[in-house]
Amino acid sequence: MGNASNGICHSYSEDGRCISLLKILLTNHCIYDCAYCVTRRSNDIKRAAFKIQEVVDLTINFYRRNYIEGLFLSSGIFKDPDYTMERLIAVAKKLREEENFNGYIHLKSIPGASDELMYEAGLYADRLSVNIEIPTISGLKLLAPDKKHEDFAKPMRKVKNEIIRFKEERRLLKSTPKYAPAGQSTQMIVGATGESDKDVMYSATHFYKNFHMKRVYYSGYVPISNDTRLPSLGTQVPMLRENRLYQTDWLLRFYGFSVQELLNEQYPNLDMQVDPKLSWALRNLHHFPVDINRAEKALLARIPGVGMTSVHKIMKARKFRKLDWDHLKKIGVALNRAKYFILCDSRYWERRDMDAERIKGLIISTSYGKFRNQYSNQLSLFN
Amino acid sequence: MTATKTLIYDGSFNGFLTAVFAGFEQKLPFADIQKERSAQNGLFSETETIFTNIDIAKRVWNGIKGRRNSAIKNIYFSFLSGEKNLEPLLYQYIRKIMGSKHVASDFSDACILKISQTAQKVHREKHRMEAFVRFQLTKDGIYFANIEPDFDVLPLISKHFKERYADQPWIIYDLKRNYGLYYDLNGVEIITMDLSHTLENSIKKNTSLVTEEYDYQDLWNNYFKSTNIKSRINKKLHTQHIPKRYWKYLSEKKEAV
Repeated sequence: MGNASNGICHSYSEDGRCISLLKILLTNHCIYDCAYCVTRRSNDIKRAAFKIQEVVDLTINFYRRNYIEGLFLSSGIFKDPDYTMERLIAVAKKLREEENFNGYIHLKSIPGASDELMYEAGLYADRLSVNIEIPTISGLKLLAPDKKHEDFAKPMRKVKNEIIRFKEERRLLKSTPKYAPAGQSTQMIVGATGESDKDVMYSATHFYKNFHMKRVYYSGYVPISNDTRLPSLGTQVPMLRENRLYQTDWLLRFYGFSVQELLNEQYPNLDMQVDPKLSWALRNLHHFPVDINRAEKALLARIPGVGMTSVHKIMKARKFRKLDWDHLKKIGVALNRAKYFILCDSRYWERRDMDAERIKGLIISTSYGKFRNQYSNQLSLFN
Repeated sequence: MTATKTLIYDGSFNGFLTAVFAGFEQKLPFADIQKERSAQNGLFSETETIFTNIDIAKRVWNGIKGRRNSAIKNIYFSFLSGEKNLEPLLYQYIRKIMGSKHVASDFSDACILKISQTAQKVHREKHRMEAFVRFQLTKDGIYFANIEPDFDVLPLISKHFKERYADQPWIIYDLKRNYGLYYDLNGVEIITMDLSHTLENSIKKNTSLVTEEYDYQDLWNNYFKSTNIKSRINKKLHTQHIPKRYWKYLSEKKEAV
């Protein structure tokens, strides 16, 4: 039963996040004491654990009712990493072999799990992930003293190598058993250790390059304790920052930007007021204006307010006629930002000789982003 | 003044394709193709009633497909939107495609853009239905779901559900258009039923469902609630993703309806 299709969100929680998988912990017992985690050993909370069969039943019955795409199973660590990893694998194995479940399974690789177990996990899971959680090694030492950086890297490296090996063997022998077909991913907490956006994105780039990650996720830290090493309770979750980091991630993966262009010694943090592409464009006005009707694809992708869908449409449409403002608007270009950076089939050109500050001011004053109240100096009457 | 001709068809996709054929045969530059039920005659236009012919429809279908494969999807999807007065525009679209297969990507052409955007709308609804269908297990062992989609997407989602739930019998019933799909482990057929009581969300339990059905709904509800992070609440985004018109059949929104 079942198949893995791409990206169906069966529901959305009230915080607006996609619910596509049954995402649960096998247990919240844990031998570790990581400061940023609710299930840390020293936290006085009620502990519980699922039986393997219970997780299997839940998954199957939710799946049959079209609630979910599959299972995302993680766990606190009881006894030791290998013991925990074995149990996670047991759930996946049971689903695949006894229930003939072909839906999506995402397993957490437990830091420190052995290579043999990581190999077995990949046979049943679509995706494997280790959450690096803290982007800097110094931060990790501070907040998760029991864990070593190598514990994270080891299962990642094993999975990467197995995926490469699988691809090679598959070419020779079609029946090679599948290994983690959806690759591996990782997650970082942002805003817990005072790291810069540069730290976060440089380590994300490191994971994309050296571990062939499919995705790196960024998660704004939600305060859970009064530990002095961490932001105190009641601190706002850095959602805007999270949003900017994801935008940067997209620019790196789909728009042909390199991380050094967006973040460097001179600009270690992203501009919260405007999106990272606009911010880059304002620093590099010498690349603009770009002629919509002539410029190559890579250059079109760098215009603020022009997404990849628009780039694709522009490339197609301009073969038939020269495009003007009206065409661009209909295609879906965000002209309120784009108009300062482009030339098209019209004598009217917006920028004339405005400088970066002026353009930025004009764009901000005419846009109504969802996060606007977080950076605007104007206090709201009703807040 | 160019004389437009009104072609009246029975409302089916095959009927529409037959009408397109008639338009091409008579070399009409514009054809005002209308559904039987909602037909309105122009004051000075000639009217012809089209009788659906499957062979001719197939010929048109294959003709367009031969020209440009991707155009077929745009035409079928936007036809299913059921939007008023879309047929004349579709006729123009087909004429353009048959003239030159490259124009299908001319997004600076108003007609091409409109058709591809309409198709996109229907595609979005199809995708939503693949996500928002909620089956409930009845006592006869059939997984049953009611839907009321904006567009007639049942023909588009049939394959997805057939592949995904190959080992369980299911029914997806469109209450707005009063027909449904029934999969009996062998194949999918179209059914119409006289539903005296629909399986909407309500606190009252329905006796035709197995008792454990409500246990799983409760578990799902619980999961839905506890996966929400309160400090990140964003109701606007929530309703943007799940517009309220879909809540009626989502068990996790039971209390909100």
